Amino acid sequence: MSASLVSILYLISALLFIFALRGLSHPESSRLGNIFGVVGMIIAIVTTLMFKSVLSYTEIGIAILIGGTIGTLIAIRIEMTALPQLVAAFHSLVGLAAVFVAAAAFYDPQSFNIGIKGSIFKSSLIEMSLGTFIGAITFSGSVLAFAKLQGLISSKPIVFKFQHLINALVFLFIIILIFYFIFNQSAAIFWIIIIASIILGFLVVVPIGGADMPVVISMLNSYSGWAACGIGFTLSNNLLIITGALVGASGAILSYIMSKGMNRSIFNVVLGGFGGEQANVNSSNNSDKIVKQGNAEDAAYILKNAETVIIVPGYGMAVAQAQHVLKEMCDLLKKEGIKVRYAIHPVAGRMPGHMNVLLAEASVSYDEVLELDEINHDFPMTEVSFVIGANDVTNPAAKTDKSSPIYGMPILDVEKSGSVLFVKRSMATGYSGVDNELFYRDNTTMLFGDAKKMCENIVKALN
Amino acid sequence: MENIIYHNSDIFVVGLTVFFLSCIIGYYVVWSVTPALHSPLMGVTNAISSVIIVGAILAAGPQDLNTSKIFGIVGVILASINIFGGFIVTYRMLSMFKKKPKKKQ
Repeated sequence: MSASLVSILYLISALLFIFALRGLSHPESSRLGNIFGVVGMIIAIVTTLMFKSVLSYTEIGIAILIGGTIGTLIAIRIEMTALPQLVAAFHSLVGLAAVFVAAAAFYDPQSFNIGIKGSIFKSSLIEMSLGTFIGAITFSGSVLAFAKLQGLISSKPIVFKFQHLINALVFLFIIILIFYFIFNQSAAIFWIIIIASIILGFLVVVPIGGADMPVVISMLNSYSGWAACGIGFTLSNNLLIITGALVGASGAILSYIMSKGMNRSIFNVVLGGFGGEQANVNSSNNSDKIVKQGNAEDAAYILKNAETVIIVPGYGMAVAQAQHVLKEMCDLLKKEGIKVRYAIHPVAGRMPGHMNVLLAEASVSYDEVLELDEINHDFPMTEVSFVIGANDVTNPAAKTDKSSPIYGMPILDVEKSGSVLFVKRSMATGYSGVDNELFYRDNTTMLFGDAKKMCENIVKALN
Repeated sequence: MENIIYHNSDIFVVGLTVFFLSCIIGYYVVWSVTPALHSPLMGVTNAISSVIIVGAILAAGPQDLNTSKIFGIVGVILASINIFGGFIVTYRMLSMFKKKPKKKQ
């Protein structure tokens, strides 16, 4: 196959990837978009298999079969509530694959046209080490994010002395190594760069707590793109560069949206330590305030007498797997002629758009699910807000209390609705460690219990 | 002097051009993605970033077995997990996003 034909096929593949992302602008076009992505990938793989230097079809075929089977089984079996950790795991694989490709290019530069062993072009070495560096960070950072999300280790931020200084030193160390590597091309240095980058990846994610996971996952998504870019530069492959840049930009934008949803800068999140630290700041001050408690029958009564209801779901709903019974409850309310909608905060859940997927899983029509900007002005005209598994994103202190760590965070104005039903397991604080003054308002009724059980009981009471 | 730094500075500059233009395309395309589909967006980007399999196939390509080839094969396995996993999980997510027909009251 001629070089220009290869370039054209790669270009078609890249264009299809762009259309795949473009399709996601609307749920109706998104399924076609995904098909574009698959076709683009098939073109890319088949084109590469046609290269003259590619001969070992058996080995490659078996490798794709093994990987494909594992990937398919995982993707089919995964629970939608476990999506965040799945995505983290997948990111780690992209990072690791980038490291392996870079290592392969280092050990056999001739196959990639970047010089001969021992005298690889300097420019290729720079690109290679950058790809390796970012790939290795993506790998270890994602592994740690996975472990935190899966609950293998505590999702509390781990903060220790001189953390930033150590990170900076490791980073500096890697930069020096890369310079050294470019001039002596030593395999030992290459592996030390990989190991140091893996350590740096762990160090970067260690201080980041559970509620910041949407930002971290988006950030690692971005890194995996930049790693692909680095490899693309090494191999002078435009398809890799284009795709890497698309993914990198996507992750960066998601990180920006997520950090804005928490009114924090990305640096602030990365430098970490949110949640846990301030856990006891004001939780004691409120012990004497009165909390109005209710049970499922009260909730059913309040809901039944409303005309409009807004549901505010959060991560707690995902943990309790309450989305299906919640939908059942809303269907009963709709039968009574009550207008029911769902309000999603940008950082609800553990990854961008997590709540939307869970509600879609429970067959909630997507036009009933609204974003913060779309629905926030409707709360004053709403009789009942039903908060299930969310906490910090409804805390009015974000608007009034300048000393609060969540001050300035955009919140859902549930307190403006006629009454608030708050499903919660206990009076414990949210992930920011801040007490929610909403609990003590006159129009708030606390429904203590497991989110799923509570919804089941409300369904019973409604019947 | 140039040749010492870049074996072919043209290729590098072309790559850089492609890179920046792609970032700009990515910027506009991703901002047009509806927030409701941000999870599927991550699924798709996950799958397509595994186009790195192209590099892994090139490494695994040669007939004779060496270190580079083994790395390549491992790379192919890892990337395939992602490609299949990413597209399938995205498909699963997207097939759930449905608009229910409004019931006649």
